[in-house]
Amino acid sequence: MADFDDELDASGLNCPLPILRAKKTLTGMESGKVLHIIATDPGSVKDFEAFSKQTGNELMESREEGGKFHFLIKKS
Amino acid sequence: METKKLAIIATKGSLDWAYPPFILSSTAAALGYEVEIFFTFYGLQLLRKKLDLQVTPLGNPGMPMPMGMDKWFPVLGTALPGMQSMMTMMMKKKMADKGVASLEELRDLCQEAEVKLIACQMTVDLFDMETSEFIDGIEYAGAARFFEFAGESDICLYI
Repeated sequence: MADFDDELDASGLNCPLPILRAKKTLTGMESGKVLHIIATDPGSVKDFEAFSKQTGNELMESREEGGKFHFLIKKS
Repeated sequence: METKKLAIIATKGSLDWAYPPFILSSTAAALGYEVEIFFTFYGLQLLRKKLDLQVTPLGNPGMPMPMGMDKWFPVLGTALPGMQSMMTMMMKKKMADKGVASLEELRDLCQEAEVKLIACQMTVDLFDMETSEFIDGIEYAGAARFFEFAGESDICLYI
């Protein structure tokens, strides 16, 4: 997995909390920095794709590992 | 790119129906939308400082009942005293177990994200509601105020 600057563990949280927490964390980050998000909500896979497309924050990576979903999002 | 706008009318005051306005608004705000919710009639219950919303299986054949209760309690059984508070308790526990946010949390997130909450003044007068029982930071206005924003909106929902 690529390097990241900040991490957000949204395990156990259901829609729409992972997105809301991610948005909040990204707001406090500088442009170009990368956020690593961990989630257990299977709906978050499509949600983070949609979030990235609509907010312009690039989804660099999305993968499943050990029943958890990992996302890397670069702040625009 | 011009900011997108979401306008919602919230008319329901039960626990289950309280979720869609707050889930959609908080999410839309996170996506960069400008959002306003107009609360009217029973929707005003969603603005109380102390939320005491209930869910009822009565007249709701689509509601999944725990432990096969729908087989033990036919339609009339759902009207039994205590059924509503029991179902409300079970629903709240299920939501907490599944990591679904509480309404208070979602409502706070909406306010943090500057979602505008507008209470229908006519409903407040109609039911003699005490505005001191409502949360701070809301606006009191009428239908024309809703259209001022809704007329420019990209998405408009009646819930």
